[in-house]
Amino acid sequence: MSDELKPDQLLDKIDHTPSCGNWMDTPVHIRPGMYCYAAKAESVETLGLPNARPWNPTDDDWKLPENWKEIIHNAIKERLERFRTFKVFMDICVRCGACADKCHFFLGTGDPKNMPVLRAELLRSVYRNDFTKAAQILKMIPGGEKLSGGRPMTLDVLKEWWYYFFQCTECRRCSVFCPYGIDTAEITIMAREIFNLLGLNIDWIATPISNCYKTGNHLGIQPHAFKEMIEFFTDDIEEITGVNVEPQFNKKGADILFITPSGDVFADPGTYTCQGYLILFKYLKDKYGLDVTWSTYASEGGNFGFFTSHETMKRLNAKMYAEARRLGVKWILGGECGHMWRVIHQYMDTMNGPADFLEEPVNPITGTKFENAKSTKMVHITEFTADLIKHGKLELDKSRNANRIMTYHDSCNTSRGMGLLDEPRYVLQHVCDNFFEMPPNTIREQTFCCGSGSGLNAGENMELRMAGGLPRANAVKYVHEKFGVNTLGTICAIDRAALSTLMEYWVPGVTVSGIHELVGNALILPGEKERETDLRCDPLPGMEEEEDE
Amino acid sequence: MNQKYMLPLAGVFLLFLLAYAGVEGVGLQWLFGIVIPYLAVIAFIYGFVNRVMCWAGSAVPFRIPTTCGQQKSLPWIKQNRIDNPDTAIGVFIRMLFEIFLFRSLFRNTKAAFNRDENNKLTYSWEIFLWLGALAFHYGFLVVILRHLRFFLEPVPVCLTFLEYLDGIVQIGLPGIFLSGIVLLAAALFLLARRIFDAKVSYISLAADYFPLFLIIGIAATGIAMRYFTKVDIVGVKEFTMGLVTFHPVIPPGVGGLFYAHVLMVSVLFAYFPMSKLMHAGGIFLSPTRNMANNTRAKRHINPWNYAVDVHTYEQYEDHFREKMIEAGLPVDKEE
Repeated sequence: MSDELKPDQLLDKIDHTPSCGNWMDTPVHIRPGMYCYAAKAESVETLGLPNARPWNPTDDDWKLPENWKEIIHNAIKERLERFRTFKVFMDICVRCGACADKCHFFLGTGDPKNMPVLRAELLRSVYRNDFTKAAQILKMIPGGEKLSGGRPMTLDVLKEWWYYFFQCTECRRCSVFCPYGIDTAEITIMAREIFNLLGLNIDWIATPISNCYKTGNHLGIQPHAFKEMIEFFTDDIEEITGVNVEPQFNKKGADILFITPSGDVFADPGTYTCQGYLILFKYLKDKYGLDVTWSTYASEGGNFGFFTSHETMKRLNAKMYAEARRLGVKWILGGECGHMWRVIHQYMDTMNGPADFLEEPVNPITGTKFENAKSTKMVHITEFTADLIKHGKLELDKSRNANRIMTYHDSCNTSRGMGLLDEPRYVLQHVCDNFFEMPPNTIREQTFCCGSGSGLNAGENMELRMAGGLPRANAVKYVHEKFGVNTLGTICAIDRAALSTLMEYWVPGVTVSGIHELVGNALILPGEKERETDLRCDPLPGMEEEEDE
Repeated sequence: MNQKYMLPLAGVFLLFLLAYAGVEGVGLQWLFGIVIPYLAVIAFIYGFVNRVMCWAGSAVPFRIPTTCGQQKSLPWIKQNRIDNPDTAIGVFIRMLFEIFLFRSLFRNTKAAFNRDENNKLTYSWEIFLWLGALAFHYGFLVVILRHLRFFLEPVPVCLTFLEYLDGIVQIGLPGIFLSGIVLLAAALFLLARRIFDAKVSYISLAADYFPLFLIIGIAATGIAMRYFTKVDIVGVKEFTMGLVTFHPVIPPGVGGLFYAHVLMVSVLFAYFPMSKLMHAGGIFLSPTRNMANNTRAKRHINPWNYAVDVHTYEQYEDHFREKMIEAGLPVDKEE
């Protein structure tokens, strides 16, 4: 990151007081470091999405279809009818400003167009101009156009939309504070749907969805390679614990299908979380005979389709139920991921259900019925593990995590699109002794985004990511300095990757860890040898000296 | 000068002058007292109903409440039943809190960044917007309820009681109604915030200033008539009863100030349905607040859900069969 801004330079730029003047007169400047590269044509073609072609956001000519204005107008019209959220949110904002300083991107950049209200106004201004009576009446009097707060659609407006709707991570923090519940994520989702009708996706979203569609996961890991990668972990675990965890793939008739983001299979430190899952499933198999299978076809929990369009989300998500039906499992267990869980919790059953071929999920070990998942038939792994711990079904050695001084980052989607707050904390506190919360305005439903969600965790927009992650990092820094926190726990795959970079930038000395990595460290497998290291091959607390000798 | 607020201010002045001069100079009482108020009420009712129907006509494809507390999950984990409701009763209570107590606004915080050796971002509770908004809306509500005495004969006891409470602080004669003062003060506070808070000023449109000036004008003319010019209250009641009984009359001795007040109220009514003031109706229909968080327990139906192209397992296996067999992965078809 040497060619990018140093933390001090980034901090110098922050000014939360907008200058005077009219935001509509401030032209957009698409600045390197703040935007993601354009979607590659071949990735757009995989799913048959419109206007696949090479293009560059910094070029004057975006190679749009000739009737692009008409496409946008019709797309807005259609979405106003299909989504009450969109229609109501276009109409009822009073611009009270309560949301203004709630957005991590505004707090980190000071750019007034990152105030959620103004981000929505970018689109609302065109809506007012094209769709409201007030604007049509005002247009009849001279100078009235300005009074209505509307503006006609132009190429510059489109570019401004593109720049700023790809500076929103759909985290919904603004929606918690809005007196009418206006959810900027919903408006960003509509804007991105419109972009996709014009072929204006970013590559960091388009290529993962293309891979996910064809090969089953974002990284395009083919079935044999997927199996091999997990078998690497099996070897590592055997070296550490002396036990072969024997993962199963595409097994028909298994009890449970397990789906997690492919990031856990591919990228550190998610890989350690993945090893945690493997250890847990081995334990449950040996102790209680629970039969869990992985799938190479549905090998992606994450769903970047959610950042593209509702339709793309549905097309990618369909694999989960399809695979559960094909394998004949009882129900589905989902790994640690943020937006994956918003999709499962709030969309999946509606889009691709009913899942009447599955059973209402019951934990066969504890007998607990997961009443809250009885229709969707998919359970979150921290709900599952918390239940096991509560019933004393896991043998845990907390001391193996004694060197971890923990805090916990709620991911946006699981907190504000689900309310999964205490389950991961419960698990954490049973595998780890030292736990400190960050300040109350930065956790639970008020949690701050990592700054890289909703498909913005690319490399080329690092300045945006580091600025957007500042409020989160700032709160971690607080507990790091006050309590010596050295590990940031999280249940999101994007967090595991993005927060690691963020910590390196803002709070060196804090590592990022999935909750089930810590479970994997603490869980005592039947027949295991005395462990000397944790899953990262770092010496366990108390084993450091032996290592030196 | 900022035309975003100078133009609406000028507009409201113009309305005032129009009615005042129209009545005092040209004698257009019938226009400002009868024609415009009737038209305004029609526009209000038609517009309001129309807008709400229009919203209600849009589908709610997904159940997407913003969850602001612990979900219902395992029986021993304490659910936040109000901020993350999974039942209709929970949603009802959440909505009551939103509508009557502005619960979300109550959470408001103010962020501050100190560029020093610590570079700390801090968040403090910011109660003033909530207080101002609450004072404004409840002040306005009491004022409107009190005005019902002009439209009802005999005046119901509950209204007399409300007036008694509203006038409990007695200074001089006529007794002071707190609600009018609170309304005016709160509207001035909201206006000051809009002008002097740099962030709010930057996002404000003419459409944000106009209703504020209008309401300030309405409150000011009302207060002026009650406490200073001492409007002929009997004449006013005769006039308002005429309007509600559809036998409009123009009473003598009621001057231009009253008609300016009536015109501004009429404009507010007519303007309401086509403006942001519709948040009053919109809050009831906001899907992030009025839905239960129980999508995994109870299937929600999307009325326009349509079939989509998917990449099936068969296609996937056809593509990778050899590699799968070689890797020892089970396949459905051996060749």
